[in-house]
Amino acid sequence: MTAMTDDTLAASPRAMRDEMIVFAIMALLLAAVPWTGIYPYFVMQALCFALLACAFNLLIGYGGLLSFGHAMFLGTAGYCTAHALKVWGLPPELGILVGTAGAAVLGVVTGYVSIRRQGIYFSMITLALSQLLYFIYLQAPFTHGEDGIQGIPQGYLFGVFNLANATTLYYVILVGFLCGFLLIVRTINSPFGEVLKSIRENEQRAISLGYKTDNYKLLAYILSGTLAGFAGALKVFVAQNASLTDVHWSMSGEIVLMTLVGGLGTVFGPVVGAFIIIAMQQYLASFGQWVTVIQGVIFVACVLTFRRGIVGEFANYFRLSL
Amino acid sequence: MPDLIAAAPATTKAATGGQILSVRNLEAWYGESHILHGINFDVNPGEVVTLLGRNGAGKTTTLKSIMGMIGKRTGSVRFNSQEIIRASSDRIARQGVAFCPEERGIFASLDVRENLLLPPVVRAGGLTLDQIFDLFPNLKERLNSQGTKLSGGEQQMLAIARILRTGASFLMLDEPTEGLAPVIIQQIGHTIARLKKEGFTILLVEQNFRFAATVADRYYIVEHGKVIDGFANSELSASMDKLHTYLGV
Amino acid sequence: MQALYAQLLVGLINGSFYALLSLGLAVIFGMLNIINFAHGALYMMGAFCAYFLLNFFGIGYWWALVIAPIAVGIFGMILERTLLKWLSGLDHLYGLLLTFGIALIVQGVFQNFFGSSGLPYQIPEELRGGMNLGFMFLPVYRGWVVVFSLVVCLATWFLIERTRLGAYLRAATENPALVRAFGINVPRMITLTYGLGVGLAALAGVLSAPINQVRPLMGADLIIVVFAVVVIGGMGSIMGSIITGFALGVVEGLTKYFYPEASNTVVFVLMVLVLLVKPTGLTGRAA
Repeated sequence: MTAMTDDTLAASPRAMRDEMIVFAIMALLLAAVPWTGIYPYFVMQALCFALLACAFNLLIGYGGLLSFGHAMFLGTAGYCTAHALKVWGLPPELGILVGTAGAAVLGVVTGYVSIRRQGIYFSMITLALSQLLYFIYLQAPFTHGEDGIQGIPQGYLFGVFNLANATTLYYVILVGFLCGFLLIVRTINSPFGEVLKSIRENEQRAISLGYKTDNYKLLAYILSGTLAGFAGALKVFVAQNASLTDVHWSMSGEIVLMTLVGGLGTVFGPVVGAFIIIAMQQYLASFGQWVTVIQGVIFVACVLTFRRGIVGEFANYFRLSL
Repeated sequence: MPDLIAAAPATTKAATGGQILSVRNLEAWYGESHILHGINFDVNPGEVVTLLGRNGAGKTTTLKSIMGMIGKRTGSVRFNSQEIIRASSDRIARQGVAFCPEERGIFASLDVRENLLLPPVVRAGGLTLDQIFDLFPNLKERLNSQGTKLSGGEQQMLAIARILRTGASFLMLDEPTEGLAPVIIQQIGHTIARLKKEGFTILLVEQNFRFAATVADRYYIVEHGKVIDGFANSELSASMDKLHTYLGV
Repeated sequence: MQALYAQLLVGLINGSFYALLSLGLAVIFGMLNIINFAHGALYMMGAFCAYFLLNFFGIGYWWALVIAPIAVGIFGMILERTLLKWLSGLDHLYGLLLTFGIALIVQGVFQNFFGSSGLPYQIPEELRGGMNLGFMFLPVYRGWVVVFSLVVCLATWFLIERTRLGAYLRAATENPALVRAFGINVPRMITLTYGLGVGLAALAGVLSAPINQVRPLMGADLIIVVFAVVVIGGMGSIMGSIITGFALGVVEGLTKYFYPEASNTVVFVLMVLVLLVKPTGLTGRAA
């Protein structure tokens, strides 16, 4: 199977230097946002989705597995965190922990079932599992079905940081994003990441070299799901609600779209893609269902002519590793 | 480098102008790999010509390139004076070229009868089913078996049989004796001899040199994607030393 | 007891749609190696085609059964020629992404013009009313849907497994390059096969129109269930897809009677169970 990603530059020192420089630039730009006039909630939401897309990208870009059900991690973590904060009255840090843990458990359970099949079947299974969860959440009382869990208190993180303050919340989300992002970069460049990439390139060969490839894929899946859950938990503070839209298959599709537009298998691609798609949704909100059509057109265009995505094309042109 | 067109004497027709197949400077790529670096040879009507060479020399790629199955190819391939280098494989087949691949290509999801009848009749002059059963009697008994349930020898018979119905006058057989028992190999040899009598022209790829010697009129040696030598059957004993070097046998 | 038979009938009807759609998916996947995510949207187009034929041209149901699959089939063939053919040689997953995009476009366009609510489509006169079978009351149209779907499925099976044309299709699924080298125009076959699969989906749409309302998203949730059906059945055999489709519809119907809360999810749960026990699916050919 020819790999979807063009990850030819390995973790060479020069590549890592490029990545670190871009990371520093990205962090600085993002840190400066509260001083620009940009609406912080927009950026916060984009950051949550950026982390979500990065987590998704870990699985497809480096593991070669296209999950069409990542919304289930977003939604599950969202519901768990929301419930923990609103009903159990837990402080924010524990709420985030609960949400992330919920996603991790889901990752283990669904991963065990999904990893059994490869390629296309894996994608179809993740989609079906996500739909299963959607229907479960639709009926489960604690989610309040179509209404969702509303009015979630933001509270004080570690008892100190007032999350009701937009600027404070922004920096908390930013730190969360940067930590998650760094974790992903670290994983990609680790020995584990190298094995994962070799599995993606040629699984038969990896097996013949003695690697238990299913275990690696499962671990990557769980990690991806957990980080997606972390993003979902963070998002609860931004949106102050948890609803069914977060678990719907169209959300999974958007995650795929963000990563595709930004660049599958690139480190920064999902971030760029997330910002673009979220921005597009904001500014085209008045166009109603045409947004769906536009998203469809972007999918088609990306698959046919723009497979490397924005960051991928940029990196290819300038021969960088991004 | 010997002038192959003049050096290899034709057996039935004049060497110039009457060729059924004429290949010049054929180059071919599998993706990035440059496999054929310039294949040159001719086949005259009614001949059996064999391409000899080691594994990986490019013999199969040559047949597939002629058949139009290799994506990237350059040069010239003229079949009955028609240039086919740019043509798609279905068009080439309809000109009267038939290909029997090394792996035989018997379809598992079809029974023997369906396999036999699959290649469409592309021009008049093909064998009738009765004539085919005459050549390959055991196929008649196995018509309803699933294609791949046949033995290796029977599958090879089926692979050859099915292209005889089509009316193609030019047959390309890729290693028809590979992996088969000596008694079956003999049968195949008889079959090829009979086909030659019926007027078919055959381009054979063989590693089994001894088998090739029983049927071929002329030989070409392929090495590293080029035709490096050629001689007629009459020059065979004189060329044994050369053959040993080329083929490492 | 009446209620049980009623639910079984609903189950058989849903099973008919599952069978028709998974059959189309299997045929397309076999030849093109693409999981046609757009299948749900094309099913929806079949239903809308019937609606347009009736409301703008006064053309009724019986003609719609013929015209809609052909019209949507042609649309599908155009899609294949212009978009899908660029995918050959690429990773399978791009096919999923491309057809997902097409589904979004088609569904989005229809949603813009028709909103999300359903449009009505009358059961044709000849098929109205019902029959009293003693153990249950059978609405004629619903019985028709099941019988007709079964006939179409079996006819498709026969076409593929027992005819010359089907032999070409099966051979081209196995080894397209060799089939082409025999002189058969395989690219054209591929286009026609996609058209056939799409036509089956559109036919299901026409059958569905009088029962379920004609809505832009009517295929969206259905396609995901069909995916689960396909994973359970495996895409290895035509008959397998048909049987699995009908069987799962019946299972769903029974669940609706005995344990209604689970009826939406039972197919997915079964999928999980099958995956744990037999990962290649019930008719198990490995992907």
